[in-house]
Amino acid sequence: MQSNPTLIQRHRSAKRHLRDDIIPRARKLVRLLVLYAILIGLCGFVLLPVSWMLTAALKPDSVPFYTIPPQWFPTEHFEWRNFETALLDPVRPFLRFTLNTLIIFGGNVVGTIFSCTLVAYAFARLRFRGSGFLFNVLIITMLIPWQSQMIPQFLLFLELGWYGTYLPLIVPSFAGNAFFIFLIRQYMRTFPRDLDEAAKIDGCSYFGFFRHIILPLCRPVLAVVVVFMFLGSWGDLLGPLIYLNNTDQFTIAIGLANFATRYNPNTNLLMAANLVMMIPPILVFFFAQEQLIGGIASVGLKG
Amino acid sequence: MQALKQSRVRGRNQGKRKLGAMERREERVAYLFLLPWLIGLVVFIIGPVIASLLISLTDWNLLTPPNWIGLKNYEKMFSDRDFYNSLRVTFRFVIMSLPVYTLVSLSLALLLNQRIRGMYVFRTVLFMPSVIAGTAVAVLWSILLNPDVGVVNQILGAIGVQQPPRWLASRDWAIPAVILMGLWGVGGGVIIYLAGLQNIPPHLYEAATIDGANPSQKFRFVTLPMLTPSIFFQLITGLVAAFQVFDVAYVLAGRGGTRASALQFYLLNVYEEGFQNGRFGYASALSWVLVVIATIVILITFRTSERWVYYESEEDKS
Repeated sequence: MQSNPTLIQRHRSAKRHLRDDIIPRARKLVRLLVLYAILIGLCGFVLLPVSWMLTAALKPDSVPFYTIPPQWFPTEHFEWRNFETALLDPVRPFLRFTLNTLIIFGGNVVGTIFSCTLVAYAFARLRFRGSGFLFNVLIITMLIPWQSQMIPQFLLFLELGWYGTYLPLIVPSFAGNAFFIFLIRQYMRTFPRDLDEAAKIDGCSYFGFFRHIILPLCRPVLAVVVVFMFLGSWGDLLGPLIYLNNTDQFTIAIGLANFATRYNPNTNLLMAANLVMMIPPILVFFFAQEQLIGGIASVGLKG
Repeated sequence: MQALKQSRVRGRNQGKRKLGAMERREERVAYLFLLPWLIGLVVFIIGPVIASLLISLTDWNLLTPPNWIGLKNYEKMFSDRDFYNSLRVTFRFVIMSLPVYTLVSLSLALLLNQRIRGMYVFRTVLFMPSVIAGTAVAVLWSILLNPDVGVVNQILGAIGVQQPPRWLASRDWAIPAVILMGLWGVGGGVIIYLAGLQNIPPHLYEAATIDGANPSQKFRFVTLPMLTPSIFFQLITGLVAAFQVFDVAYVLAGRGGTRASALQFYLLNVYEEGFQNGRFGYASALSWVLVVIATIVILITFRTSERWVYYESEEDKS
């Protein structure tokens, strides 16, 4: 008689326990497992091609490039000489191409930092008539497809005798880049106004204030700009393709594109060269991840 | 009393005049700082845009002195198969890629916004390919997508797809192949959505919870409206980029054959006409047509944005 109610009670509490505790927990667990499964699958989509490429790049010429089933990981062949061959090939001297790319990048860094910080400072902190209008013009220039300027720019630089030099790829950066000006301006606007007032009272000139107060404060955003510029210079194909005509001057993007479009390239060497093309941006990404993500995010939020 | 008042007035006037001088000085300095960009605006943008219009009315080819030929270049386009084909390829890409990229990067952002252990690692891995140059991505994926022995089709075969697509070797599948390559680097867009998601004030969700909204309603009435500015931004930058696809096209279409026509993106055609065939006049005309088309599409997008993009009111912003 007495055990019955407790049995029912126990049954009820077990049911309640199942309903309130176990099922939600199980549901949570399943949800978590599904999340992880999707995320790991996506990481596979990103990483497996790279690891397959490394495997393929390390294959000697004597073994088949494609295998069935595919070899995802470098476990069998380690022909490191492929990288040497791909990099030092006299027909496509990739080391030289890398150096050339870095020269263009260096020139662009100097030009962009010089011009964009000046212009961004004016837009961010100085009051002048027409500032709203000019800022709109700046935004619109970001939307104009480059094609509309490509041919006249080429003819202009040809006229100046700059064809076949790095000048057309570097000099325009001294005139500023709308995107970077925008990025730096957004950052400069976050400093308190009192800064300008204090400098004025202390008799600091506009340029002195810009040079000694604003510019040092801008280091974080300039780091973002330099990272973006590196990725841009490293990947740029059309610019160098139009202006450079000598193999010694080619950039890494042209070198790779020419290698890939050649009839029947050595695929393992192509993969080796391609890895070399991919690694510097990936390294930059890992070292500058915070800046890069922060930079992209800030553009999206304020754009 | 009177004198005091007067002096005060004078003082104020003096102050005003002084301020005026300072303002003028500030303005002069501002324009001095703007100078590099203003010069660049004229020399590298406005000048070339006008010049490009003029060049498009000539038969400029570098070899012979240019002749004024009026609208002949534009008339020629009507019978130019490459023009029609490149326009078709570009439009196909724009129409197919934008919805796919928007949907995928949005869902990926929602996924990466979950608070679970190890998310930092997943984010890092998934963002990584977005920094790799288009050329390198195209080279890698053209090998992976080899229709007979490529990795992708081996996987498709293994999961039971009888006749996997021929990808770059096929007229219909070449563009989807390019879109697939783009998905690999979709992380850049995800970052923007993720920032947008993290920028949604939590009190909106709290209010929705109090009103009894379920998760899908919260997404529909809080998350999505608050993300529309990010979506709009991505749409505009995506459009500008999609009209200017070059690297991938150059690498993949370079060897001729089916690929060359299936991947004859507009800018590639302009490049070939101008820089390979030396027809600068015609190439300028081609560029102008695309610039006009792109401008119209972008303007339409801006126009419709008033209807679906939600902006916080001015008071909220400040």
